[in-house]
Amino acid sequence: MLRKVVLFIIIAICFVLQSTVFQALSFANIAPNLMIIVVSSFGFMRGRKEGMFIGFFCGLLIDIFCGFYLGVYALLYMYIGYCNGIFQKRFYPDDIKFPMLLIGASDILCNLAIYFIMFLFRGRFDFLYYGRSVILPEFVYTMVITIFLYYILQKINQKLEISEKRRAKKFDL
Amino acid sequence: MKKYRNKKKRLSTKYMLLIMTIVCITLIFTSLTLNISGGPLNTVAGYIFVPMQKGINTAGQWISDKTNDFKTLAQVQEENQKLKEQNDELTSQLNTIKLEKYDLDNLRELLDLDEKYPSYQKVAASVIAKDTGNWFSVFTIDKGSKDGLKKGMNIMAGSGLVGIITDVGPNYAKVRSIIDDSANVSAMVTTTEDNMNVSGNLQTMNSDQAITFSELRDSEDKVQIGDPVVTSYVSDQYQQGILIGYIASIESDSNKLTKSGTITPVVDFEHMENVLVILDTKETGDSTQTESSGDSSTQTTEQ
Repeated sequence: MLRKVVLFIIIAICFVLQSTVFQALSFANIAPNLMIIVVSSFGFMRGRKEGMFIGFFCGLLIDIFCGFYLGVYALLYMYIGYCNGIFQKRFYPDDIKFPMLLIGASDILCNLAIYFIMFLFRGRFDFLYYGRSVILPEFVYTMVITIFLYYILQKINQKLEISEKRRAKKFDL
Repeated sequence: MKKYRNKKKRLSTKYMLLIMTIVCITLIFTSLTLNISGGPLNTVAGYIFVPMQKGINTAGQWISDKTNDFKTLAQVQEENQKLKEQNDELTSQLNTIKLEKYDLDNLRELLDLDEKYPSYQKVAASVIAKDTGNWFSVFTIDKGSKDGLKKGMNIMAGSGLVGIITDVGPNYAKVRSIIDDSANVSAMVTTTEDNMNVSGNLQTMNSDQAITFSELRDSEDKVQIGDPVVTSYVSDQYQQGILIGYIASIESDSNKLTKSGTITPVVDFEHMENVLVILDTKETGDSTQTESSGDSSTQTTEQ
């Protein structure tokens, strides 16, 4: 229960920040993608199931406030969360290189999917341009934010796991 | 035993993914075919997130106001000087327009014509959040169905067209702006009354702050760079006569019949805080438009 409340608060804060503050702080119309950081990091910290559900809710939120049709982003983010969950076994909390690699890959994959679904089919073939002016800058900006946000998320997750363990022990006794 | 349990767990996660995928796909199809939006989801999300976004915006506004206070006196004086000059210029322009309007009213009375550009009922709203991604140009405003807003209402800022409401919640509305890559507006050039199709484009918007137009039939080469473009009466979504922008470049298409090019929008989409919502929605099928002959005045864009 505590985990659900905390997760909801994290998602809400990240969504609100991304849609307001980071849009104002955008460089050349490019803002970082906080949602992908949350989905991806909880995916590989907590496994496929939790990654999947967090992805679904983050995506649904984006669908409601800025999507075309309900469910498109939900589907996309859900799969990103699930795929990150596959790498849970390889995850060690102290190593930042592997999480950054995963988050970066998730961001690029997400944008590639959006490009293919929503741009290529409408006849926008200049992939190199979009790669250079949208996907790459967003990747760089997201990576910079990841360094800070990932530590916060990881600390929160550790605290949650400790309190869950303690509670489980109490239950056993 | 442990192995078995693991296997079972893995299977259940996979099944769950399958179920969620089906849920998502049915969601997409229902919203695609029935053209419905979130409904209760909109209400819940609206009541949770809109107040937060509003709060952050008020805080941000306060900070930017405070930083603006530190503008030097010289800057302010310079700006004042410029504004004064602009004021003089605009006043003289206004006077001539007033005279013209007087003439126009007289002529209309003589011809028994209704006002061509009726004054639309408008309500002000502020922008509270923008699209989280970098591909599209969608934003939310702080008024919704409680304030009488509906899907399909047009949004203006200053004197120019901003976009159209694509979805409403009780306390917010989602607006797709005309610079959005998927937006399309039927428009016309005021100087020749030729129709064209204006569409948003991420690429031209990023490179030179312009949107594209196409299918302009201008066989006599009368349309020139700098001509104002307004929404057309043939549009089924946009009210007639709202200024979109000015033509920035024209090129002949390879079929030699139509022309395409770019338009610079009048609205500054990056620094948009307050917008006006036109409460009238376009009723399709009404108003048999009179083909007004001759050169219609170019200044009638202020509704």
